Amino acid sequence: MCGIVGLFAKKENISANLGVHLSKMLESMSDRGPDSAGLAIYGKPLASKTKMTVQSRSPKHDFQKLKKFLSAKKDISFSLKIHSTHAVIKLDVKQKDQVASLINDTFPNLRILSVGKKMEIYKEIGKPAEVVKRFEIAKMKGSHGIGHTRMATESAVTTLGAHPFSTGEDQCLVHNGSLSNHNSLRRELIRKEMTFETENDSEVAASFITYKINSGKTLKEALESALVELDGFYTFVVGTENGFGVLRDPIACKPAVLAETPDYVAFGSEYRALTSLPKIEKAKVWEPEPATVYFWGH
Amino acid sequence: MHILDFNKLSLRDINKTLQGSDKNSSFSIRNPKGSHALAVGINKRITVKVVGSVGYYCAGMNKFSDIKVEGSAGPGLGENMMSGNIHVTGDVSQYAGASGHGGSILVDGNASSRCGISMKGVDIIVKGNVGHMSAFMAQKGNLVIFGDAGHALGDSIYEANIYVAGEVASLGADCIEKRMTKKHLSNLENILSNANVSDYNTDTFRRFGSARSLYNFDVDNAKIY
Repeated sequence: MCGIVGLFAKKENISANLGVHLSKMLESMSDRGPDSAGLAIYGKPLASKTKMTVQSRSPKHDFQKLKKFLSAKKDISFSLKIHSTHAVIKLDVKQKDQVASLINDTFPNLRILSVGKKMEIYKEIGKPAEVVKRFEIAKMKGSHGIGHTRMATESAVTTLGAHPFSTGEDQCLVHNGSLSNHNSLRRELIRKEMTFETENDSEVAASFITYKINSGKTLKEALESALVELDGFYTFVVGTENGFGVLRDPIACKPAVLAETPDYVAFGSEYRALTSLPKIEKAKVWEPEPATVYFWGH
Repeated sequence: MHILDFNKLSLRDINKTLQGSDKNSSFSIRNPKGSHALAVGINKRITVKVVGSVGYYCAGMNKFSDIKVEGSAGPGLGENMMSGNIHVTGDVSQYAGASGHGGSILVDGNASSRCGISMKGVDIIVKGNVGHMSAFMAQKGNLVIFGDAGHALGDSIYEANIYVAGEVASLGADCIEKRMTKKHLSNLENILSNANVSDYNTDTFRRFGSARSLYNFDVDNAKIY
């Protein structure tokens, strides 16, 4: 069991309070996932800049060192903001690959969780209420965001086993369910030069989608091929630069509820996740159909 | 009418009050906010109205009582109910009425997948559509669908009746369309009138049930094993 939430703002009143809404939604899904929690927040894009979220187990030491290291590189202009165990580095879009390889080569304890113009990923072990407090999610604004509360079944409770998983620039995935062919699929993807951080089944799903997109498929096509090649139970919510998508497996055991008003589209594993949203009692509420790809975008 | 408000009382307090109440009392439950397992295990004739949507397992194991949800219900509505009536004005999620032995469930909206799975005598009326695998392994009772039915309707069905007014995406193993006899027409009318449903035309319904070919082992299949 896991919990998923998602909120897509159609109006300013929602995007200005996106973090507040998502925090409440995530906390309401604590019963479904008390092990760890995470969110992807899509904030304002910065002109010709990109954001890189990095995570460390010893943030004080590592982020100071990283700051010093990057400052010494005269050709790199950046800013770094620390959020507990995570730091968001803003840098020139042209320098992102250079900085990513510098980090990977020089800082083995740092993990790059996400890269994108808008997306920042925050995830950590602990109860959802502790996680949203740690990262001060309630202060965050944005056009949309997705979150996940995890009850681990397939692999250990670790920060990197928490969701969301990045599937590419400004793209991420959260998963409720369990995949039964993730080991064989992981081996196949490794042969295709994809790399993995964990033994987690959801990371395989994320990697599968990344691989499909890298080989020229659209996100919709990638999700449709997931229907063919992934065996197991899943409700996926994928975050993209412009919105979010939902896909349930054909058996659709894993719950999903959608709600739409003139102000927002919201996703919850249960209706409970949506009850804190404004005017929810007037919203159109329905269950997404199995094996059907849904998308909302700006 | 007693009012029980989730803003003031816990789920456990509300369920204890309902289960311990006097016969023929009536309750209005406010602000359920999608709570799970509300009004479960009631075994006396009381009336419960829930104002708002509920979560998993509402009205499970119901016996005798009348429960109305003015909103939608999550998975497992009225699971294993024995008797009484449940009425949901919105939609219901997966496996509504699963393994229900008796009584009736009326859903004004749509029901999701596996509606009436393993039903054992309950009557389920859905004014909208039902999802895939509805009436899976149904043994007894009636599933009446005003709208469309999803894939694999009545898969591995034993002896329940399924009445559908809309389209059927596909039938499951051993489920076939059957002739609507006078007996079945009057059965359908009875079910609907017992549930106080009046706006219908029985001519639009088709009947589905078991081909009974899975009842006994077919020796011709022995070589498969």
